[in-house]
Amino acid sequence: MSAPNTPAYPLDNLHRVETPEGIDLNLHPAGLVPRALAFAIDLAIRAVLLIALGTLLAMLGGFGIGLGAMLLFAVQWTYMVVFEVFNQGRTPGKQWLGLQVIHDDGTPVGWASSLTRNLLRFVDLLPFGYFFGVICCLWHPSFKRLGDLAAGTLVIHRQPAPASVQLPVGPERPPARPLGLDDQRTLVAFAERAPSLSPERRQELAEILAPRFGVAPEAMESHLMDMARYLVGRS
Amino acid sequence: MRQAHFERLHRPGWNAFQHSLLALEKGRRQDAAADRFPADYRRLCHHLALAESRGYSRQLVDELRNLATRGHQQLYRHRSLLMAKVLGFITGGFPRLVRAERGVVTCAFALFFGALLLTAAWVVLFPEAVHAIVPPEQLSEMEAMYDPDETGHGRFARRGSDTDWSMFGFYIMNNIGIAFQTFASGLLLGLGSLFFLLFNGITIGAIAGHLTAIGYHQPFWSFVIGHGAFELTAIALAGAAGLKLGVSLIAPGHRTRLRSLQHAATRAIRLVAGAALFLLVAAFIEAFWSSTQTFDVAFKYAIGALLWLLVGLYLGFAGRSRATE
Repeated sequence: MSAPNTPAYPLDNLHRVETPEGIDLNLHPAGLVPRALAFAIDLAIRAVLLIALGTLLAMLGGFGIGLGAMLLFAVQWTYMVVFEVFNQGRTPGKQWLGLQVIHDDGTPVGWASSLTRNLLRFVDLLPFGYFFGVICCLWHPSFKRLGDLAAGTLVIHRQPAPASVQLPVGPERPPARPLGLDDQRTLVAFAERAPSLSPERRQELAEILAPRFGVAPEAMESHLMDMARYLVGRS
Repeated sequence: MRQAHFERLHRPGWNAFQHSLLALEKGRRQDAAADRFPADYRRLCHHLALAESRGYSRQLVDELRNLATRGHQQLYRHRSLLMAKVLGFITGGFPRLVRAERGVVTCAFALFFGALLLTAAWVVLFPEAVHAIVPPEQLSEMEAMYDPDETGHGRFARRGSDTDWSMFGFYIMNNIGIAFQTFASGLLLGLGSLFFLLFNGITIGAIAGHLTAIGYHQPFWSFVIGHGAFELTAIALAGAAGLKLGVSLIAPGHRTRLRSLQHAATRAIRLVAGAALFLLVAAFIEAFWSSTQTFDVAFKYAIGALLWLLVGLYLGFAGRSRATE
């Protein structure tokens, strides 16, 4: 029914990537708020780290101050990069919020792109308080800031693995006439989602189809479930 | 084949694949069936394509897609041969890159060193001009630092090895920070890099000219000549990387502006990494060699000249034999 290139779920904000294996991956770009929260957590971690190390090293005199300055530098400029490269695109803040940095093509982020996006953060901070970064993030369909644009990276939500669903056992009934792929998919999706819907809502949704199948409205729900069981097959 | 049959047939394989995935995601490579992973991944992609084209339920397709996405992440992981990469970069990659980008590099060097030398000459000829450029507090601080009349050579005579270390840390933080800034602001159509190159060039030139004009030249030049070779070159190179970003946006050629920027950024970031390495060397020299007072001034000048020559030879000739790679 739908043209092959239109997204299956037009309302979802998906970033689609076609892989060399010929399949489409659907990535879920993370918006401004989770990214800001992740950044705030990382900022807090760095602040605590530096204060703790600073007080410790200040007791060591000049050598300690030198070491402290180097550490300050290292933490300031490499914290994000090191975590992103070695921890599969996740700084502690991002991990906490279930975010991940990846390349536009869905591959894990590497040294060059991680360094690029984090050094260019300086421009996102301009002219004050992440102004450019926020504007760019809100404007871009995949919520990229300027550093992401230049580095070709993307921050996504890590999707939890969906649990597989079994349809409740019951009679099977073949559809009276052949159904198209989209119709079949819709029907099975309805049956699989049924446990999460209230009985009234299930009834309401099923009744829409009643005239089309020529079945009494109150019998339509079980009729649909039977057809869905037929389409999925006996397990 | 109906969905339930398909699932029953392949579910064990998917579960095994998920098991490997979990192990890889936690970094336990030995627990994953790593040798079978690519084949398993391809089979999973095949199953996903089948599930979609046969109109299996959204639930199943989503589950397989989730596995495929995570498998994709693991299969296309970059190899982290960090040491080999860094060594290759130092021994040849970096100078080759600098030579390949000679357009922006020449431009940045001309801007930075041009501004530096012109301002220095200007201030030597018209000493009062320095007050228009450098704020008075900074100027008096510089004068105190390089004052030859103090016992020994200014404040360096009073420095112990303790201070060497603290200055080393400070130089690293300060200078590499400046270099990163000079690079990053190039994203603003190159204007930021242009500004920082000229600003730093003019300030350093004015101070150098001023200290020469008031007769502090010996402590000043003998101090800066050594690490200057690495430090000034690195600032100019970081500026060149920033200019490259700017040029890629202004004149993207046959690419879109975004693609052009991404292409330029992959090369520019390597220039910046090289500049950061240079600054590391510079900070080391500055903290532990430039400040020593035990050697004759002529010897320090000689070493300084040698370092400049070394930087020139390195950027000009290192890695030429493998240039065809």
